[in-house]
Amino acid sequence: MTETALNGVKVVELCNLVAGPYCAKMMADLGAEVIKVEKPGVGDEARRRGPFLNDIPHPERSGLFLYLNTNKLGITLNIETKKGKGLFKELLLEADILVEDNPPGMLANLGLGYDVLSELNLRLIMTSITPFGQSGPYKDYKAYPLNSFHSGAEGYITPTGDPFPDRPPLKIARYAWEYEVGIHSMLATLGALYYQRATGLGQQVDISKQEALVDINTFELLAYPYVGWYPNRATVLNLFGGILQAKDGYGHLALYEEVQWDNLAKLMGNPDWTKEELFTNPDVRRQRSGEVNKHVAGWMREHTKYEIYHKGQKIGVPTGAYQTPEEIMNSEQLNSRGFFVELDHSEVGRITYPTAPYRFSKTPWRGRQAAPLLGEHNEEIYHKRLGHSKGELARFRGLGVI
Amino acid sequence: MGLLSGVKVLEFGMAVAAPHACKLLAFMGAEVIKVESITHLDMLRRAGVSSEVGARIREMRPGEPLPPGTILDTFVSNITGLNKLGVTLDLTKPEAIELAKKLVARSDVVVENFRAKVMEAYGLDYPVLKKINPNLIMLSTSLAGNTGPERDYLGYMEIFGALGGLGHLTGYPDGPPTWIRFSTDTMSAATAACAIMAALIHKQRTGEGQYIDLSSYEAVACLSGDALLDYAMNRRNQSRQANLDDFMAPHSCYRCKGDDKWVSIVIATDEEWKAFCNAIGNPAWTKDERFTDANSRWQNQAEMDVFIQEWTMNYTHYEVMDILQKASVAAVPSFNSPEIWGDPHLDARGLTVIVDHPVLGAQPVLAPPWKLSRTPAKISTAGPSLGQHNEYVFCELLGLSKQEFSKLVNIGAIR
Repeated sequence: MTETALNGVKVVELCNLVAGPYCAKMMADLGAEVIKVEKPGVGDEARRRGPFLNDIPHPERSGLFLYLNTNKLGITLNIETKKGKGLFKELLLEADILVEDNPPGMLANLGLGYDVLSELNLRLIMTSITPFGQSGPYKDYKAYPLNSFHSGAEGYITPTGDPFPDRPPLKIARYAWEYEVGIHSMLATLGALYYQRATGLGQQVDISKQEALVDINTFELLAYPYVGWYPNRATVLNLFGGILQAKDGYGHLALYEEVQWDNLAKLMGNPDWTKEELFTNPDVRRQRSGEVNKHVAGWMREHTKYEIYHKGQKIGVPTGAYQTPEEIMNSEQLNSRGFFVELDHSEVGRITYPTAPYRFSKTPWRGRQAAPLLGEHNEEIYHKRLGHSKGELARFRGLGVI
Repeated sequence: MGLLSGVKVLEFGMAVAAPHACKLLAFMGAEVIKVESITHLDMLRRAGVSSEVGARIREMRPGEPLPPGTILDTFVSNITGLNKLGVTLDLTKPEAIELAKKLVARSDVVVENFRAKVMEAYGLDYPVLKKINPNLIMLSTSLAGNTGPERDYLGYMEIFGALGGLGHLTGYPDGPPTWIRFSTDTMSAATAACAIMAALIHKQRTGEGQYIDLSSYEAVACLSGDALLDYAMNRRNQSRQANLDDFMAPHSCYRCKGDDKWVSIVIATDEEWKAFCNAIGNPAWTKDERFTDANSRWQNQAEMDVFIQEWTMNYTHYEVMDILQKASVAAVPSFNSPEIWGDPHLDARGLTVIVDHPVLGAQPVLAPPWKLSRTPAKISTAGPSLGQHNEYVFCELLGLSKQEFSKLVNIGAIR
């Protein structure tokens, strides 16, 4: 068996939707054992969000849930019942990490706060992911993913270029920023795990989605205290290039260095206007940027986005193509790097999943199993692992505990 | 004792991808030594100065001397350099390569985001470094990774966002895709830090190092994994959907009193809808049959959003948040930069820290984005000036004599 980076790390996840589950998924994919705890009969909210197989809503056929829960074990548990609380504590006795995303104080009110849990298991790291963190005046404020996105200041500048100045700011794709929160949650949790492995001591990790997103947007925020300037949707970062209409879609041209202009002239076949001062003299070029951009845009419109991307890159012009999901799935680059895997799932069959953006030379990404069905591993965990008899399990079921 | 006390990281970085990743590790207490050079200047040392100066420096050819009086410490380089030690090595000189290798020998982690083949050209690629330090963890971060037909392509943040699909999936259905900016770079850097942490935990357990190849293009693609699964399951090729949610409405931003002020409002349940109607005084339109249940509200959200905005326009975005949050309705302003720096909640959480920079003086910076109860992540020092820690690192840590050090400075290896 191949060694994994997080071999032997035990995680319990009590989370919904995207940020917490993505944090735990990344750990599971690197070899941690993740036990995902869901509400009996209901499950993770992501099970009720699309995309669904054939567009028919079904709790076991949500693409969102399937993507975010690979390689996890799934159990059901009602932690609001007395028996449920006891079972939850049993699970945490051997755990290194609990990842949870309940409103601040909710677990403490159930008698499952960090104070109680750390007394049971001094090694436990409890990572709590909430919109605004565990303290401060907004800690109890309600925020759905869209609200969290706008709390982190990227909404105010989206869409960049302000194509419709009268329309409201937008979110970025799907739940992308919630994935970003998941990344920061994993980072801090693994930091705490490194410390726990050295000292035997766990701790509380308080993740505010807002603060994670503020870090992600550091470079948009940092100028203000120094020069009083801040970006909005109309801000143009680069006088030249940017999004350009190609023959069959959109390309991107980024020009940051003088040598890239020489390469751009070559890419366009050295047309006459590139021999004039308008192109060759940086001062003139800046003064008449509108004209330059018009010429460049004219050339781009006559070429396909992949011609622009590949030909440009091959001669040192930083270009990109705006790719659709279909194009990403068919990308030669991604496929040649083994970015996708196929996993079998009893309800959706064998489908393709993206893996992770890193290749470890010794401890690879692990495509052991697809997402768990609701309560799929109840017997394995409660009976085989925790030693409760099958009769007890039946009783837990009857009482709505599992 | 910090979270990562004793962990030694060596950064060969430019711009954001590697430097931001290393900064996050430095926030957690790792020792990070940033290797740079006046002959190969990190573009962030030129950022944040006036655009005219910035543009002039950009136009310089490699090797051209900097204009006299060029400032090499900026608030941008300070922020990316927080908690780091800074040394200068002109890696075109063999004596500098020898020093770099000595630094590698004492490091746990090397992080680099130079262009393709640059580390190889310097003789500092993984196969070489592994011989010097068999248990080294090395991470390279690049546009498309170190293998595959696009491995040598050159990328900046906006190209990550285009290739990774975030650009295509962001925007109005009747508008162009979106130029996603710094967030792709910093997200990719945080992902790199995660990968390094996983490798450090493996090393802690087994003693073994390894090489990690990170692609920013893939890091962005992972953020719309659910849209990729839609294609995998249904062959649906998703596109831009503005602020639309699959079933929640209201789910948008609404204009408030003031110049370009907006608040995001989301309502998921009938209970929240009732609370919202009460909070805004139950105007007649809320009784309209177009808005009676969640489904009709979703179907008729364009009309409903006009009514909601008529109400929000009467208040500031902070007032809307106060009114609606009191009724347990999710409303949060679309914050801009000055609002983040001045927000009472973030202030109470200690978001802003002042560091003392040797050249720039007192500098407000953003605190680490996580709160750890036992070993808080913290900012201890400002970003280094160019070569600020040369003497400390080369003499005290590597044990060079003062004479050897001076000689290496004089021949331009340390520069």
